Amino acid sequence: MTSPSERDALQLKFRDPERGKALVEKLAHLTESLGRSPVAVMHVCGSHEQAIARFGLRHVFPKALDVIMGPGCPVCITDVPEVDEGVALAQQGVRVATYGDMLKVPGSAGSLADARAGGAKVDIVYSVSQAVELAQKTNEEIVFFATGFETTAVATAAEILRGPPPNFSVLSAHKYIPPVMEIVAEMPDTRVEGFLAAGHAATITGWGVFEAFVERHHLPVVVAGFEPLDVLAGLVRLVELIHDKTPKVDNMYPRCVSREGNVVAQQQLWQVFRPLGGRWRGIAHVPNGNLRLRDEWAHLDARRRFHIDLARLWTFAPPTLVQHCICGDIMAGLKSPTDCSLFGKECLPDTPVGACMVSSEGTCKIWHQYGGHPELTRAVEVNP
Amino acid sequence: MKLQLPIGERISLKHGAGGRAMRALIEQVFLEGVDAPLQGIGLAAMDDGAAIPVGERWLVLTTDSHVIHPLFFPGGDIGRLSVAGTVNDLAMMGATEPLALTCSVILEDGFPSADLLRIQKSILATSREAHAPIVTGDTKVMGRGEIDGLVLNTAGVAFTNRVVPDCGLRIGDRIIVTGTMGDHGFAVLAVRHKLALEGELQSDVAPINEMIRGALAAGGQDVVAMKDPTRGGLASALHEMAEKSGVGVLLYQDRIPLSDPVRAAAELLGIDPLHVANEGKAVLGVRPEAAERVLAALHAHPLGRNAAIVGTCMGEHLGRIILDTGLGRRLLTEPEGEPLPRIC
Repeated sequence: MTSPSERDALQLKFRDPERGKALVEKLAHLTESLGRSPVAVMHVCGSHEQAIARFGLRHVFPKALDVIMGPGCPVCITDVPEVDEGVALAQQGVRVATYGDMLKVPGSAGSLADARAGGAKVDIVYSVSQAVELAQKTNEEIVFFATGFETTAVATAAEILRGPPPNFSVLSAHKYIPPVMEIVAEMPDTRVEGFLAAGHAATITGWGVFEAFVERHHLPVVVAGFEPLDVLAGLVRLVELIHDKTPKVDNMYPRCVSREGNVVAQQQLWQVFRPLGGRWRGIAHVPNGNLRLRDEWAHLDARRRFHIDLARLWTFAPPTLVQHCICGDIMAGLKSPTDCSLFGKECLPDTPVGACMVSSEGTCKIWHQYGGHPELTRAVEVNP
Repeated sequence: MKLQLPIGERISLKHGAGGRAMRALIEQVFLEGVDAPLQGIGLAAMDDGAAIPVGERWLVLTTDSHVIHPLFFPGGDIGRLSVAGTVNDLAMMGATEPLALTCSVILEDGFPSADLLRIQKSILATSREAHAPIVTGDTKVMGRGEIDGLVLNTAGVAFTNRVVPDCGLRIGDRIIVTGTMGDHGFAVLAVRHKLALEGELQSDVAPINEMIRGALAAGGQDVVAMKDPTRGGLASALHEMAEKSGVGVLLYQDRIPLSDPVRAAAELLGIDPLHVANEGKAVLGVRPEAAERVLAALHAHPLGRNAAIVGTCMGEHLGRIILDTGLGRRLLTEPEGEPLPRIC
């Protein structure tokens, strides 16, 4: 146990409340100087929403600033047919290893958790290397159901280049973030005036990857980290750029992110994967938004190794509740969880209807856990 | 307003996790058709124990079954846990001088005798420490695989002149925690999952009746609610107290004491220490004018030297806990089941 003063010294400087307050004031002042309301900006990362929610930052955001969570949760945007592929493979008797978050994501006829309850072999792993270890210990076919953005896709790529055992293959549902920002920017209803880009993804891609985007759409992009002061400083810079009408890429996470990024990781990523257009759940068809294995890795591609019998799943009628789910609109930034008639009622972390209530990075799960709605946390000042 | 959770076709682990699902199970199964006691506090109050009026005084009665894996963990073992658990439940009702405890053990065929002796020694030592003599018990042995190692049950009785419920909070009351939060849960988690943090994380398991006696002596009638933040941690304990009392609670994160190893483990694992169990701590609701007095009494006891005033009860957000993070504010919710591993 440390004394309060010692603790202050130990406390990460990126969580300093005093600096936080100064940034909040600056953000309020800048937003006000824009002279219109609301001003909408979007972050495209579940980790940003986690930081915002965990430190209660929505409570101190200016009312006129609408910080929207975009399609930044890899679990949430994994499309129903992709979940179905995993479920079908598991039901066909193939052992499927995947991240814990994927377990409860509903497909068109149940989730991997349902398949497991029905006797299918589904393993939870924390990393692709754990799935490889699993394959090394058995003669059974192990399919790694791979989800996540370029941050986790790089890990999958590295494992493939290392040469996994012959009974290992990959069902890739990996996604690539930059193309979806184009989609959001081009949506006819979009109100987004700037993007907060994910620091960890930019560690791989480099901030330079957003330059072409800024040129095309004249919207500023600020790369930010995940401590509360990182998020606040990123937003301050973003609103500054909106105010100055100088759309450009700015790196507010220089302690980790460079313009070029991690070149070795990028080489490995593109050596293994190729971008392919495909649907993101609830969003749209995203050109070049999916990462699929290149032909030279066909022998490790579960889609080519197995006949995945999807049709047999479709004999089930989709559950009716799903028709009321607005995960798509929430991820596109058009609506918030409290607009959903299922939120907190039929749709709960234990019994999720939509994918956004499953993952710890999903907007609905985060709002359910931390009370995302600012009105929930406005309380009279009482000082003990 | 509160959603009644259906308990479902089968009982699952979440029904034992100390949160909303467990309360639903008790309400929907065990309270069904139970006659209320003629007087006093019974099952329906779902408090830490029952209180039956006897003459001018109250007889407090409580029982607790203990299963923990592993049986021995840094800072304690199942024997110490089972005695401290019951002694603390009595204390949380205001009964800090246990008259007697019972102790029943169910063993699995093949259980090592050496382990049993070690546990018995620990039971004895803890019962002496708490001045809570064990006066009767029971032993059963079951076939291999029929139970997991060993199950311990203890019950306790004590008299008190005044019962402290867990539902007495009013607007303006201060919330005091008697020490660092989350120590027990993180210590057990670390050994269970073989995290390299083991040595540093120590369970806080201890009988706290003596410390509570001091706090009650200092605060008297102004100590209006008590609860031990075991399963579900401070978050669950406060939710239960706030819901039953019909108040909201504003909690200041920077005032909540945490040990450095717990702070590090929580950050590393992404687990909120306020969701994690304690076995030697209490949450007290105290009238504002008595708060400093009670705090001083707690500080005077070795187990209470990190005690702190951490929050205030308010007349809005009833049944909810609002956490002031120093940077903003958010809801503090109860834990729901086991946290899932994150992707990135």
